[in-house]
Amino acid sequence: MKEVNITELERRFQEKIDNDIKIEPRDWMPEEYRQTLIRQISQHAHSEIVGMLPEGNWITRAPNLRRKAVLLAKVQDEAGHGLYLYSAVETLGADREATIDDLHTGKAKYSSIFNYPTTSWADMGSIGWLVDGAAIMNQVPICRCSYGPYARAMVRVCKEESFHQRQGFEIISLLAQGTPEQKAMAQESFNRFWWPAIMMFGPNDADSKHTAQSMKWKIKRNTNDELRQMFIDVTVPQAEMIGLTIPDKDLKFNKETGHYETGPIDWDEFWEVVKGNGPCNKERVDARRKAKEDGLWVREAAMAYAEKRKVKNAS
Amino acid sequence: MANQEWPLWEVFIRSKQGLNHKHVGSLRASDEQMAVDNARDVYTRRSEGVSIWVVESNNVFASEPAQADSLFEPADSKAYRHPMFYDVPDGISHM
Amino acid sequence: MEKNTNLFEYVLRMGDDSLILGHRVSEWCGHGPILEEDIALTNISLDLIGQATNLLEYAGEIEGKGRDGDAIAFLRCDREYKNLLLVEQTNGDFGKTMMRQFFFDAFRRLLFERLLKSSDIQLAAIADKSLKETKYHLKHSSEWMIRLGDGTDESHSRIQDSLDSLWKYTNELFFMDEVDFSLIKEGIIPSMDGIQEEWLVYVTSILEEATLSIPTNNWKQEGGRIGKHTEHLGFILAELQYMQRAYPNMKW
Repeated sequence: MKEVNITELERRFQEKIDNDIKIEPRDWMPEEYRQTLIRQISQHAHSEIVGMLPEGNWITRAPNLRRKAVLLAKVQDEAGHGLYLYSAVETLGADREATIDDLHTGKAKYSSIFNYPTTSWADMGSIGWLVDGAAIMNQVPICRCSYGPYARAMVRVCKEESFHQRQGFEIISLLAQGTPEQKAMAQESFNRFWWPAIMMFGPNDADSKHTAQSMKWKIKRNTNDELRQMFIDVTVPQAEMIGLTIPDKDLKFNKETGHYETGPIDWDEFWEVVKGNGPCNKERVDARRKAKEDGLWVREAAMAYAEKRKVKNAS
Repeated sequence: MANQEWPLWEVFIRSKQGLNHKHVGSLRASDEQMAVDNARDVYTRRSEGVSIWVVESNNVFASEPAQADSLFEPADSKAYRHPMFYDVPDGISHM
Repeated sequence: MEKNTNLFEYVLRMGDDSLILGHRVSEWCGHGPILEEDIALTNISLDLIGQATNLLEYAGEIEGKGRDGDAIAFLRCDREYKNLLLVEQTNGDFGKTMMRQFFFDAFRRLLFERLLKSSDIQLAAIADKSLKETKYHLKHSSEWMIRLGDGTDESHSRIQDSLDSLWKYTNELFFMDEVDFSLIKEGIIPSMDGIQEEWLVYVTSILEEATLSIPTNNWKQEGGRIGKHTEHLGFILAELQYMQRAYPNMKW
């Protein structure tokens, strides 16, 4: 067989991508593409798992049986989504538990939004409506991502997540139309989640170091700012419709462009939370680490039993 | 402790009677029974399945992508295996 | 009328068992020993909350005073909850949670099997749906008994401790009073006698396979069925009822 040099492999790889041919796990891929995917997909998986905590917080306090069941099912879906994504990471030769350990040591990141506290029931509405709404905006284009297992996991996630946003909007709109106390609860929650939700799309395009390469590889299909704008444009009218006030005095609609323009985003806050200085960074990671440590004896026992049984069956 | 990680399993689901099992993803489990149970809890939460297969990922032997040319391209030139290769006169039906 | 009072009480007891255990298991969500098991635990909790909803709604109908499932689930004082002491015990480690689940599942399977033949059609229908779920829960908890009991030295000793600490609550599973006696007479519910024997046979066989020993100390704790609880219930209710108590008479 003829030796094919790296440049030629890279050319063929990019050609496949340009022709929208999916890359599959055992195909040749540039090491940097593999590493980018491992980083991005595992971050995405970590976000799902850490994202269980702020909502999990309210499961035992849900106000009625229906809400309790819905919230449980939703948080469980997030565990499922984390699992689909870790599955995709493992097809790249990365080890799930090793990537989880990176989360626990602070080496790996996850979506900053989950470092904000959930202090009222209305936050279950805000998270479903705004946080899941923003996540869906981010995820839908990834269904067409160049890496097959990631794209397929995303299709499944998006299909399942469609109820998440609706249940959140149902919660918040019910409150917004409820008693004065409930309205205040909804507005207060919206005030806290609006800006962090907008920041979920990541830094401005000019400050986003991975965007250009990721777009060329079709790992990413839209820039941060494009997605952010789409989110703002659909969310502002929804908020107005249910009578909530956007906590941004500079917000205005630009008739010429047809887009809403927000006031300045506090990127200092964003970077501080990314760095670990958000209100709940430590609590979130500690909770995940504790779950893993507390479960060690259980995982060891199951493995020990499986091995014993194998030996018994062999003899 | 080293090597306490549960093995990886590939999961295949039959979505309804009459269809093939289809690969849906993977998961971790200490043994095959747990793998089936976990697959039920992870991959059929919305009634996606009526039957589950699990295979330890180590046991899957796959073709080499680098050999795809020699494995699959020779079939491309054998159009006579497909019905469109043959002319059927107008007016002939049920064929 | 007498029959209705008894049936209400009986359905309430069952509904409270599902509600309180569902609450306890839901505390695991996001904290399970591994992702796959986290999802499995949440499925169990969801089944239990679903059963609680069906049973407490039905209790409200029997009572006929206009209370729905939520009013019953969220707006009673602690003495009015009639769940078993077993189900309000704290989760402890994963082994203790599974031990509690195992005792309960083994009981519930036998109970639901018999309730299929209840002369009360609605109770039979709830039993039919719940039995399918419970059989799966029991398979799950039984497998964990064996894995943990016959796993490592550490897991064996941990799960034996849980068995020792929870055993005293198992007798109450078979509690009977006038409520039960009159419903048994009418063919609405089965007698507990056969159930207790079968339960012990099943539980013993699994625990033996798990290399665990049943405590010889037979001192029993009970009281939940008549509203006398352990200290844990108050804390459960503080969370469960928080929203309904802090913001009364609102829709959510």
